[in-house]
Amino acid sequence: MKRFTDLYWRLDATSSTTEKVAALRDYFTAATPADAACALRVLCGGRQLRAVSTTLLRQWAAEAAGIPLWLVEECYAHVGDLAETLALVLPQPGPDVGTDGVGLGLAECMQTTIEALRGASDDVKRDTVERVWQRLAARERIVWHKLLTGGCRVGVSQTLVARALAEVAGVEPAVMAHRLMGTGVTDAESYAEAMTSGPTMADARRPYPFFLASALEGEPGEFGPTTDWIAEWKWDGMRAQLVRRGGDATLWSRGEELVNEAFPEIVAAAAMIPDGTVLDGELLAVRGNSLLGFAAVSKRSGRRRVPRKLLTEVPCIFVAYDLLEHDGTDIRGLPLAERRMRLESLVPLPCTAVAGPAANATVAVPLESATVPPPQLLHSPRVAGDSWDALAAARATSRGRGVEGLMLKRRSSPYGVGRVRGDWWKWKIEPLEIDVVMLYAQAGHGRRAGLHSDYTLGVWHDGRLVPVAKAYSGLADAEIVELDRIVRATTLDKHGPVRVVQPTQVFQLAFEGISRSTRHKAGVAVRFPRIVRWRRDKTPPEAGTLADLVRLIDAGTFAAAPLSEVQP
Amino acid sequence: MSDLLAVTDAGLYCSQGDFYIDPWRRVPRAIITHAHADHARSGCGRYLCAAPGTLVLRSRVGSSAPIDSLRHGETLSINGVQVSLHPAGHVLGSAQVRLSHAGTTWVVTGDYKLEPDPTCAPFEPVPCDVFVTESTFGLPVYRWPDPASVTAEINAWWRANRDAGRTSVLLAYSLGKAQRLAAAVDPSIGPLIGHGAVMKIVEAYRASGVRLPPIDRVPPRTRKMGGGRALVIAPPSVAGSRWLGLFGETSVALASGWMAIRGVRRRRGFDKGFVVSDHADFPGLLTAIAASRARRVLVTHGFTDTLTRLLQERGVDAAVLPTRFTGEAAPDAAVTDGEDRDDGDQADAGEPPEPDALPEEQS
Repeated sequence: MKRFTDLYWRLDATSSTTEKVAALRDYFTAATPADAACALRVLCGGRQLRAVSTTLLRQWAAEAAGIPLWLVEECYAHVGDLAETLALVLPQPGPDVGTDGVGLGLAECMQTTIEALRGASDDVKRDTVERVWQRLAARERIVWHKLLTGGCRVGVSQTLVARALAEVAGVEPAVMAHRLMGTGVTDAESYAEAMTSGPTMADARRPYPFFLASALEGEPGEFGPTTDWIAEWKWDGMRAQLVRRGGDATLWSRGEELVNEAFPEIVAAAAMIPDGTVLDGELLAVRGNSLLGFAAVSKRSGRRRVPRKLLTEVPCIFVAYDLLEHDGTDIRGLPLAERRMRLESLVPLPCTAVAGPAANATVAVPLESATVPPPQLLHSPRVAGDSWDALAAARATSRGRGVEGLMLKRRSSPYGVGRVRGDWWKWKIEPLEIDVVMLYAQAGHGRRAGLHSDYTLGVWHDGRLVPVAKAYSGLADAEIVELDRIVRATTLDKHGPVRVVQPTQVFQLAFEGISRSTRHKAGVAVRFPRIVRWRRDKTPPEAGTLADLVRLIDAGTFAAAPLSEVQP
Repeated sequence: MSDLLAVTDAGLYCSQGDFYIDPWRRVPRAIITHAHADHARSGCGRYLCAAPGTLVLRSRVGSSAPIDSLRHGETLSINGVQVSLHPAGHVLGSAQVRLSHAGTTWVVTGDYKLEPDPTCAPFEPVPCDVFVTESTFGLPVYRWPDPASVTAEINAWWRANRDAGRTSVLLAYSLGKAQRLAAAVDPSIGPLIGHGAVMKIVEAYRASGVRLPPIDRVPPRTRKMGGGRALVIAPPSVAGSRWLGLFGETSVALASGWMAIRGVRRRRGFDKGFVVSDHADFPGLLTAIAASRARRVLVTHGFTDTLTRLLQERGVDAAVLPTRFTGEAAPDAAVTDGEDRDDGDQADAGEPPEPDALPEEQS
């Protein structure tokens, strides 16, 4: 446990990649395979067990500290991290506590003080928790609390973890990245297997590391001729890989979770493609001829078992845009143009749901077609455009189609690992914008703990300001600090951690879409709202109105437009 | 029986004695708890402070200001109000102000801490009827580690930097904390260097009889001062300035009570944060309040609402004393406005930048 705590704080203390890799390397060199497997699960953001509810923990900590619960809550609002808050308010451990109060390895500690609490009575839980508290210093308590509540996230990317492990094992980073995909490492045995320097046998079900695109700011002016590129719609769904090997099909999310149970119709459809195939693509929710958007897909994705009702309400399809393995051979090194050609012959049906005038889907195959492969498995059609202007025009139709813009991929590009700039670009549509006024502010979390950085923003309606969005990104640190001071100075009222402020500050708010909503007081809901800039040059009377927003809805510019309405 | 103190536009005022305590405007007569800029404004008609703090106060309010002083515990009658000053343990010469009139005793703490500090007299509990306390760190998450262990951490950091040929830069409030740290660290590790703002106060401390180890000044236009071995003590305002370029490769740490919170440490982005404060931590505040045996407690400067509510729930007659500095302290003050402030010394706006602090940095 001490070793892992040290690793946690070492990673926390530095922003240097080299030092992070060094810290990881030191940890994995010294840790036992069982502890290492356990640490890997935490570092790679695997699903964690919440052994004790935070409500109970707060109560117990308040009692142990001899302070009222409301004071713990005030502290939490100030500190912005519950694990840390509790660690700091608890009485300090006795002087005889060494540097490792629990005296156990990470795996054993998690087994005996966390996993053992699953299904235990509250009394047993409390007993264990209080016993551990007495034996840990604050810096260890923080880490243990995070493990206990299933919220231990560490600031390292999977790429860094793979790089460090690759160094320890003496294999290529890409090989290690592949071995770590999915549920590859779960215990000492599988860890040892992942760390062997030779090839391993256990990759039958494993997906490949996802290749990621970079966001394109501005126009693709210097990309050369459009013939060097393949354009596709940027789908508003969930990225996934469909692995068809050994007579089996597995579906993996980008978070490397196996999501077979959540999308049974896709897994069933995969039986129709030949063994030795890996597809990269997007899970989309679609009803009739219209896309339902990411929110609908996510209703399905978290499920272990999907109720029949949800299956019919949110039917899903898999739209493939890349072929990574063909006839059992890894073809990621081939040029995209070649991979796509093979893809289109393996999965001949294009997703026609957005096949408007600019799309290159010449044959619109009805979704009810009896042809194999079945309609759950489609490919992402190329978007035609013989000039950047033509593609820009196609992109401009995105919002009405329920897609997020275009993807631009270089024809010659291999399928890489991680995010490499240059070959794959997301060319998203420009967001909608409106000027809004800050109405409430709340302290942030993590790096912004104690700083009022989360704002509720409003527009004018009937001479009053009504809240329409909550946003907390897009400002520079110095601006947040300055705004924090303004919030403190202009507070009219406090409701717990939320401050009602005098409406004095105006912001330019960007959002992806807008729809009517009965759940929101203003009657509209905006999607992905974020602050673009602080308009110091504007005063609240110059901010936008609810009528401005409603007009956007009426103009049909909201995200999930039924496609039947926008198709000619 | 009317209150001995009331908040006015100019500050905390005693009408019976016709004087102010730590006024924020120019007034004819001011009693100063300590020389930090949000407590000691220049331009008052007459000042009264504790004798050990006279030179420090003079360095802040100017050489011509008329300053009277009282030894700790000595009593002066001002218009019938008995005034005495008692050690507050905050910085050199910091005092609690005890007022006694018509059978009632008030104590105004100013800023205080209970931890030992080699550069000033320790906090002394003064029994009273009404206790006016600060609350900068009035949340239970603020609980200072043992000063000796923090000093050991600082020494270890300095030593590791020295061994790697890196200069250690320790940012600390230039009045009080800088001197406290200079007196605490192990001078055998390497040379100590002080920023101009720090040295001005070091001189006042030495002239007041406080023993400090040898500290070098920063001569203008020197390159690579200290040869990567030194510990440089400087105000937080130098963070990110070109001034730091004098020292070649550096590791920069901030010494502040706010460093107890991980989010603040990460946000401030220094290489290291040491939990050192000249204010009382939460247990310290409660200890001092209990030791005052006061029947009424007025809470000011900091987490006033929170501490007041807790005291009330525990049966103490407590209320918020609203001052100009009400509201939670802002842990980020020093980063943005480039002023030498820290630990809730929130209103240091009157102080001009030190001449050697930000060479042509403002352009």
